[in-house]
Amino acid sequence: MDWSFIQKFAPYYVLAAQVTVSISFWGIVLSLVIGLVCSMITELKVPVARQIVAAYIELSRGTPLLVQLFFLYFGFPKLGITLSAETCAIVGLAFLGGSYMSEAFRGGIEAVGPTQTESCRVLGMTWGQTMRHVVIPQALSTALPGVVANVIFLVKESSVVSGIALADLMYLTKDLIGLYYNTTESLLMLVVAYTLILLPISIVGTILERRFDYARR
Amino acid sequence: MQGASNILLEGNNLSRLFAGLGVSIQIALVSVLLSIPLGILVGVFMTSRSRVVRFILRFYLDFIRIMPQLVLLYIVFFGTAAWFGVSFDGYTSSIVVFTLWGAAEMGDLVRGALESIPRMQYDSAYVLGFDRRQTFTCIILPQAVRRLLPPAVNLITRMVKTTSLCMLIGVVELIRVGAQIIDLNRFAHPDGALWIYGAIFFMYFFVCFPLSLLSRYLEKRASK
Repeated sequence: MDWSFIQKFAPYYVLAAQVTVSISFWGIVLSLVIGLVCSMITELKVPVARQIVAAYIELSRGTPLLVQLFFLYFGFPKLGITLSAETCAIVGLAFLGGSYMSEAFRGGIEAVGPTQTESCRVLGMTWGQTMRHVVIPQALSTALPGVVANVIFLVKESSVVSGIALADLMYLTKDLIGLYYNTTESLLMLVVAYTLILLPISIVGTILERRFDYARR
Repeated sequence: MQGASNILLEGNNLSRLFAGLGVSIQIALVSVLLSIPLGILVGVFMTSRSRVVRFILRFYLDFIRIMPQLVLLYIVFFGTAAWFGVSFDGYTSSIVVFTLWGAAEMGDLVRGALESIPRMQYDSAYVLGFDRRQTFTCIILPQAVRRLLPPAVNLITRMVKTTSLCMLIGVVELIRVGAQIIDLNRFAHPDGALWIYGAIFFMYFFVCFPLSLLSRYLEKRASK
């Protein structure tokens, strides 16, 4: 183990980790928005939009992120739409993540069931009160484990953005192995970097799941 | 664009793409076939009474789960050459990684399925005079497999999609073949990337979509 190599290149890993984290962050934020909109459309059974959402979910879940990215990055410019690699990565992650988040939210809403909303009406609660005090807390707590799993999944998926020449952790590692042959040290830093990013998310997720466990209590 | 002919229909481009898809599916299929028996083994050992065995398997599972698949591919592809002096090619590395990954995921599914069978069933079987092996093979396993099938099909779908990463360690599979065709026709078909990557997108979709339908059908049947 060459510690001086690690010392020298650790700062580069910090920079690369920032690329991984910022792309994942924006991708996840966008996919939460897309997921929310899609699950609402499915839930409220909006006529045409509902079929479009269903098709989108199947397409997004049935294709790998790398292919989606290549299509955006190499294919779209031929249509006259040129996006930067960062934009492609974020749009690609959002396209993939939106369907996963939508499924998680939908599961949460469905789990509450009509008996409870009907009971609320019998008790004289307004629609707003029913949503605020009964449906949303339970729906969120049922959806939370799925959402956390999706967040981790999307951070992991972001590793493929090295395929469109973004200098993330994977790209840096491949570069260092190719330039210096310090395979062990480069791979070690790679594994440590991903552990440092993903382990806290997983721990916070578990804490949140316990804190908001309304549905089962 | 030269003439009206489409890059997809020219020469043997389309058949080359299908051959590439064949390589992708082959990697997924071989890995799945290897990971099913290994996964059952891992799952059975995960319910073992020994704390050490459980801890080691837990660590294995968590490591595989938390690392992106591409990181695992890098570790096997670059690492084995540096540490053990054996140089796996991309294809072998991919199968090794996918099998390790599949065995871990299947193992956890098997563990969940085994634990979901109530204690009562074991006791009833013993009362009826079944021995441990008979109980496991005739009573527990058939029920566990029923619950196992839908998530197992899901895992196959995920594996097919993940074979796309193999191109990043130099396997000539579907995407790499596509990139080669695009490069070869750079001047004759400048808009090749749109068509080829579009075609690849739908090729993956038409493999994964039936699998996802199958898994949903099995899930519905199992919950009846």
